[in-house]
Amino acid sequence: MSDGVEVVAERPGRRRVLITGLSSYWGGRLAQALESFAEVEAIVGVDSRDPTRELERTEFVKVSNQHGLIQRIVRAARIDTVIDARLVVDSITTSRQRAHESNVIGTMNLLAACAGEASPVRKFIFKSSGHVYGSAQTDPAFFTEVMGRSGPATSPIERDVGEAEASVIDFAAKQKNVDVTVLRCANVLGPDVNTSFARMFQLPLVPMVAGFDPRLQFVHEDDVVHALEHAAVNRLPGVFNVAADGVLALSEIIGLLGKRPLPVLPPWGNGLLTAPLRTLGIQIPPEMQSMMRFGRGLDNRRYKASGFLYGYTTRESVLAFAEHLRLQPILRGVESSYTYEGEVERFLRRSPLTRPPQPESTEASGTESEPFGI
Amino acid sequence: MRSLLPAIEADRQIDDWGRSERVEGVFDATLVEFFYRYWFRCDVEGIENVPSDGGALLVSNHAGALPPDAAMIGKAIRDEHPDPRPLYMTVEHFFKGYPGFSALLPKIGCVPAHPANVHRLLYDEGQLVLVFPEGRKGTEKLVKDRYKVQRFGRGGFVEAAMRAEAKLVPVCVVGAEEAAPVFARSRLLQKATGLIYFPLTPTFPWLGPAGMLGYLPAKFKIRFLEPIDTTKMGSEPAEDKALVQSVAQEVRARIQENLHEMVSRRKSVWLG
Repeated sequence: MSDGVEVVAERPGRRRVLITGLSSYWGGRLAQALESFAEVEAIVGVDSRDPTRELERTEFVKVSNQHGLIQRIVRAARIDTVIDARLVVDSITTSRQRAHESNVIGTMNLLAACAGEASPVRKFIFKSSGHVYGSAQTDPAFFTEVMGRSGPATSPIERDVGEAEASVIDFAAKQKNVDVTVLRCANVLGPDVNTSFARMFQLPLVPMVAGFDPRLQFVHEDDVVHALEHAAVNRLPGVFNVAADGVLALSEIIGLLGKRPLPVLPPWGNGLLTAPLRTLGIQIPPEMQSMMRFGRGLDNRRYKASGFLYGYTTRESVLAFAEHLRLQPILRGVESSYTYEGEVERFLRRSPLTRPPQPESTEASGTESEPFGI
Repeated sequence: MRSLLPAIEADRQIDDWGRSERVEGVFDATLVEFFYRYWFRCDVEGIENVPSDGGALLVSNHAGALPPDAAMIGKAIRDEHPDPRPLYMTVEHFFKGYPGFSALLPKIGCVPAHPANVHRLLYDEGQLVLVFPEGRKGTEKLVKDRYKVQRFGRGGFVEAAMRAEAKLVPVCVVGAEEAAPVFARSRLLQKATGLIYFPLTPTFPWLGPAGMLGYLPAKFKIRFLEPIDTTKMGSEPAEDKALVQSVAQEVRARIQENLHEMVSRRKSVWLG
């Protein structure tokens, strides 16, 4: 569409992108996606763990949350676009301390690394979460970007996400020459990504809180990656909700999955039941408990108005997930898992033997092998 | 932004507000039909005052222990209007947090009374929305105070209509006060059940929760009054607090006046 035209008009020249959390699901997916963009000249990924996805031309630097080192990488590689895809929004993926470390301290360090007069960074994209809105009895049915949460955060993840986003908003206010895009993503559903909801939907009987049928909204994992790309190649300062069209009742979702509801969770005191439920294989993390009663809906029109097109509605995301569930027993063990081998990656990127012979790619390979001076 | 509003996919039976065609249809064909046609024998006047398209905010008086008025107004529009439209009924946030109500009420067209919800329904979706500005003060009031329209909140409903450039349609309901008269309220039982109020009616709580539906067969009369156009009140009328208050007062006065007239002409509570 007109996206390409806009980019040229907005910012001539090619982009040099830094992706944080390269080894997380989103960092890896995004790096893979951006590798095919001609206007993205260089991609550097940082993380404290090895990458989990196979990458062609992304340069990986293993570094923990040290803002001094990240700052040196940013300046040496003349990074103009930073995409922070590192936020932990689901407490089943890591421990509470590590989530806090990554979400609050990590964001703070990254922002410090990008700030300052001498910083080459002109664009900062922050993958946030609908958790900033919370989920409460007095919520509106659809949150727009100007609204806030109805009450104070009740779970550690919500608190951390809120704090991280607040520091990004503060950064945006101070760094006038940086376009800051904040994408508040709804709960993600898809075949690949591991979330509490995905785990719950895999159970033969899907638990519900007795007497409640919350309205839930999802976004397909591919749409989240595309949404990050869209922000990377367009100039979109501001806050945007990223959520698929359609808010479904939980009972409707269970019907689409071809499962049966099990309305056994008591309306109150779920906190006490967490441990016994876990032994039954039902894990309902604290940030999900209020959602199981009140749900959450996001108004997604602002991002659509910026030209973004969703590939899936909430219903289609659920149906795609249902298909995946049916295939899962057959595919188990078939997928090859990727292991990062630093030596091999270095050989593939650096050795003169691996240069592709095509003349049109000389420019690309020339910039790739440029040393970053660390 | 209105053009970017997602359409409800054809295969879905539940809309984005949680309203279920199927559940609503079942209620409409059974309970609501029975009460509307045979129990309350609803008489409807001025149905033509309900616009056939665009957002409109219906404002009604409110009474009765478990108020039957909202369902009867919705049914009147479905059955008597030349272009029947769904009616979204605003209810207190309380119900979203109470097990049972929370799952059921959205299915039959109830929406929590949040200003943002009302705005989206009226402005973006162009729907019919029903509000009871008296709120709890209307349903809690005892039978001795019947047909005394209570204070109209802070005029939030007028602001909502003005912001959404929607018409205001005052609605008068006679009969609900006698159908579910509240003789007294129990603080103790209210605390024990966690309900917003605990009415004592001829059948509740004596016959258990079903006693809530133990309505007396009062004759219902519903009158839709002439709409008030909020678009002709200057630019940004919602910012003018004095104007908001005076419009709210006017709506209340018109409802009260019509109620007096309707009650004065009524020969029998039960036969009309």
